[in-house]
Amino acid sequence: MKQPFERIVSAYGAMVLRVCRAVLGTQSDADDAWSETFLAALRSWPDLAADANVEAWLVTIAHRKAIDITRGNRRRPTPVEEVPDRVSTIGTPGAGDRDLWAAVKTLPDKQRQAVAYHYLAGLPYRQVADIVGGSPDAVRRAAADGIKALRATVRKVDGDG
Amino acid sequence: MDETQTLAALHGRLEKAAEDAGILDVAYTTVDSPVGSLLLAATERGLVRVAYDREGHDRVLDTLAARLSPRILRAPWRLDAAARELDEYFSGVRTRFDLPLDRSLASGFRQQVQRHLSQIAYGHTESYKDVAAILGNPRAVRAVGTACATNPLPVVVPCHRVLRTDGALGGYVGGLEAKAALLTLEKAA
Repeated sequence: MKQPFERIVSAYGAMVLRVCRAVLGTQSDADDAWSETFLAALRSWPDLAADANVEAWLVTIAHRKAIDITRGNRRRPTPVEEVPDRVSTIGTPGAGDRDLWAAVKTLPDKQRQAVAYHYLAGLPYRQVADIVGGSPDAVRRAAADGIKALRATVRKVDGDG
Repeated sequence: MDETQTLAALHGRLEKAAEDAGILDVAYTTVDSPVGSLLLAATERGLVRVAYDREGHDRVLDTLAARLSPRILRAPWRLDAAARELDEYFSGVRTRFDLPLDRSLASGFRQQVQRHLSQIAYGHTESYKDVAAILGNPRAVRAVGTACATNPLPVVVPCHRVLRTDGALGGYVGGLEAKAALLTLEKAA
């Protein structure tokens, strides 16, 4: 039996927001992606298979919405750079969240998606590969490269401070 | 804004977007009352469920998901009028509810009984036997009892105004204490 959708928002709302933030880079784009993701999810919730993996389903929708938003941004004039709000539970000791998000933003798309969907959403590489395309091994490498780059950036920031 | 505030703001945005898209099938909220916390739920057609704490609000939401739709969000603004009228009722200044109701959770004889309950005036009572007779089915006393016990809209549809023939309280979905409290409130006003 399908649960009331409110419970899905409570259980996964924060996770989806962090994923959108990591993939899109700015809070306002992340907010838009979150809104569109949950509206689309609410619409199709009654039809989702009872044994479906809800996390993977939500991340799949969020991934598509993030792509739509990125494409839309490219068509529009570049907006004024937004000062990042606070965030995240993946903060590394010594590095401000702001630095971490800034570092995430500099990663190539594939690495950023792999890090977000594997480390923030907790999906196995196989499922991440289903969402972004490519092989699970390629996703594993992209996630590892992404984490390595983040560590290097954060260390540098630490050293500078 | 921290993450909790951001999520609260985004939730509000989702409620409005769902309403505009016509996919907020059931909205709900909880309100405090002298007879405990009440769950209020409404479809686009009107108030569909009032539930006492002892019924288990989570369980009631599960039932609404199964019987109506799982497209359910906490969206208090759709229940603003209901919450206000209940407030007025509990403070003794309102003697009848003027709210659109969605009676789709009951059917057949049960719904017929429940529709009759709305005709019993504030401060008045009838017996289960009276109700059966009025509905032209004098032998259906037990069925009237069942219809009252399964009333999806207690307080608003006043099943608390139905008593046993000897004046005893009979049963009540919110517990006998709540039934007695409502009858006392209506006598005092």
